[in-house]
Amino acid sequence: MELLRFATAGSVDDGKSTLIGRLLYDSKAIFEDQLDAVERTSLERGDAHTNLALLTDGLRAEREQGITIDVAYRYFATPKRKFIIADTPGHIQYTRNMVTGASTADLALVLIDARNGVVEQSRRHAFLASLLGIPHLVVCVNKMDLVDWSEERFEEIKAEFRSFAMKLDVHDLTFIPVSALHGDNVVERSATMPWYEGSSLLHHLEEVHIASDRNLIDARFPVQYVIRPQDQSSHALHDYRGYAGTVAGGVLKPGDEVVVLPSGLTTTIAAIDTADGPVAEAFAAMAVTVRLADDLDVSRGDMICRVRNRPHVGQDVDAMVCWLTAESGLRPGAKLAIKHTTRWGRALVKDLQYRLDINTLHRDEAAGSLTLNEIGRVRLRTTVPLFFDEYRRNRTTGSFVLVDEAANNTVGAGIILGPTEMA
Amino acid sequence: MPSSTYELTHLQALEAEAIHIIREVAAEFERPVLLFSGGKDSAVMLHLAVKAFAPARMPFPVMHVDTGHNFPEVIEYRDRRVAEAGLRLVVASVQDAIDAGTVVEETGPRASRNRLQIVPLLDAIGEHRFDAVFGGARRDEEKARAKERVFSFRDEFGQWDPKNQRPELWSLYNGRHRRGEHIRVFPLSNWTELDIWQYVATEGVPLPPIYFAHTRRVFERDGMLLAESPWVTLLDGEEIEDRTVRFRTVGDATCTGAVESRASDVEAIIAEIAVTRITERGATRADDRISEAGMEDRKREGYF
Repeated sequence: MELLRFATAGSVDDGKSTLIGRLLYDSKAIFEDQLDAVERTSLERGDAHTNLALLTDGLRAEREQGITIDVAYRYFATPKRKFIIADTPGHIQYTRNMVTGASTADLALVLIDARNGVVEQSRRHAFLASLLGIPHLVVCVNKMDLVDWSEERFEEIKAEFRSFAMKLDVHDLTFIPVSALHGDNVVERSATMPWYEGSSLLHHLEEVHIASDRNLIDARFPVQYVIRPQDQSSHALHDYRGYAGTVAGGVLKPGDEVVVLPSGLTTTIAAIDTADGPVAEAFAAMAVTVRLADDLDVSRGDMICRVRNRPHVGQDVDAMVCWLTAESGLRPGAKLAIKHTTRWGRALVKDLQYRLDINTLHRDEAAGSLTLNEIGRVRLRTTVPLFFDEYRRNRTTGSFVLVDEAANNTVGAGIILGPTEMA
Repeated sequence: MPSSTYELTHLQALEAEAIHIIREVAAEFERPVLLFSGGKDSAVMLHLAVKAFAPARMPFPVMHVDTGHNFPEVIEYRDRRVAEAGLRLVVASVQDAIDAGTVVEETGPRASRNRLQIVPLLDAIGEHRFDAVFGGARRDEEKARAKERVFSFRDEFGQWDPKNQRPELWSLYNGRHRRGEHIRVFPLSNWTELDIWQYVATEGVPLPPIYFAHTRRVFERDGMLLAESPWVTLLDGEEIEDRTVRFRTVGDATCTGAVESRASDVEAIIAEIAVTRITERGATRADDRISEAGMEDRKREGYF
């Protein structure tokens, strides 16, 4: 059974909680004691109906203020797939949550209220999904019951959304007319909208093809940890030296001629080990231990890749950065810690080229800083070379986080556009 | 084994993610420790940690926060697993803390040592200068846990601040901290109860016998079946009887309930869980019934 991670975005009133509640309930992922607790709390609060948002809004502050302040993760499974939902609040100050939830998602679900059509928030959600490289975008046009199940209205919204999405990097766009409240096209196909010939939402989530989304071309193996058994009693293990890590791209096989960065030394893969025994190949997202034919000096932060397919190596990168903290801003001249794959270094912000208005996609080249929830294009210089790819080619070797060196908190999320072009 | 279409099953994907997290901690922290209660989640976590460093030994010790109210089968199991894997065991004892006067025993028939675990846990972290503490908590088990990061920062008082968590993106974990602060790490964040059992079945992870159906002397309280033990006093109307039960979670013997079950092997348990309509904590944990925010409040103080 395959795992599909998807992110949802929507505002308080577009029925997102109802939609998620229905997916969970109909797939039996909501348990009776959870539902009892939610019904009890809804009643105590005087809500008109069972408030399914209470299933995920677990923190005291959220319950008191009736808001969602953080990404909530929910889990359900059907006989075909296991799903992880990153449920992110849609309100404007929570761009950072959407970016967080979207960073690992295979698919994004955007809700649109059929009565209101494409609003600023819908555009923002679609843009963030495309920026974060989510391969599949599903637009649920909800509350179809309130527009008389109108095909015309659905087509109108589709056309409007498509004209906006053309400006974005969206590869797979699907529209589904639903009524989360009545369940139409959520789990079962709707009988009230015979004009719609596509799948129900759940059926689409079960069937959408995600296996080819990963990069299986460019072999990338960031070394995470060196395994050297210190067990002197075992002669077999005495000389064991393995490089543990998670494959970040491509396929590795014993016998492959590889280069280790930054040293540039070449060797071949002697074996790929796991605790369950050696494997014939390792591909993206597998956690394995690679042994090399030659005794080289390899440590954490190094990168193993194919001799004729290497990542960019450099200290100057251009990236889109989303700023995640209210405590400071990102300004040219700022120095921050940077984590990229298994490598830590320091980064100097050399230039803020523009700040992007995520509603209009307007570029403000006069902007002097990025504040919380703002996104802009920056030029960074790092103290150590990074081994990177463009984010749209590889989400693992193309991403980084920025960390405040004094406070130690994560303050920026970076999406690499490419090496800085030197004039 | 992965198929030639380069797809991982959901269990393979979850295993790879957990191993990545565990290795990341071993690489970036000086003194990690893995919390091991003998429960199924910590058993799976230990199994993953052992796999992550094979053929070398797991490079950190395990710690048990011992309430003193244990099921003897669980303690035997704990000691056996620790010996098999060649590990060092640190015990943080609630009884010792009571004897030393750092915590005060609750009184009354419903007294529990659950909350009392916080002080000895934090004291042991301080004493051993542990900077990363692995816990087996899952996001599906409780709504406060559903919002917690994989790398969860604790200040010098061991406190969790749910409104001020570090954003966590991709698989880039930020474990930076100052001396005296530490990070709780949850490699099983994305696992569900069913995933745990399917993994136990696939990998043959050994578990203590109390997870499987057996006859036990129990009594009913608040809709739960509690085991007869030297530490609980019966209230009026409560009667001990023999029932065929098993435990869905393992905690302090005074507040962990059993469920009636005839599931005597892993396959039967998986079949039972697939149709159950009550969460494991809802069915079996008195400690979670205190209030809507019981878990959040305990976590803020430094609980698991």
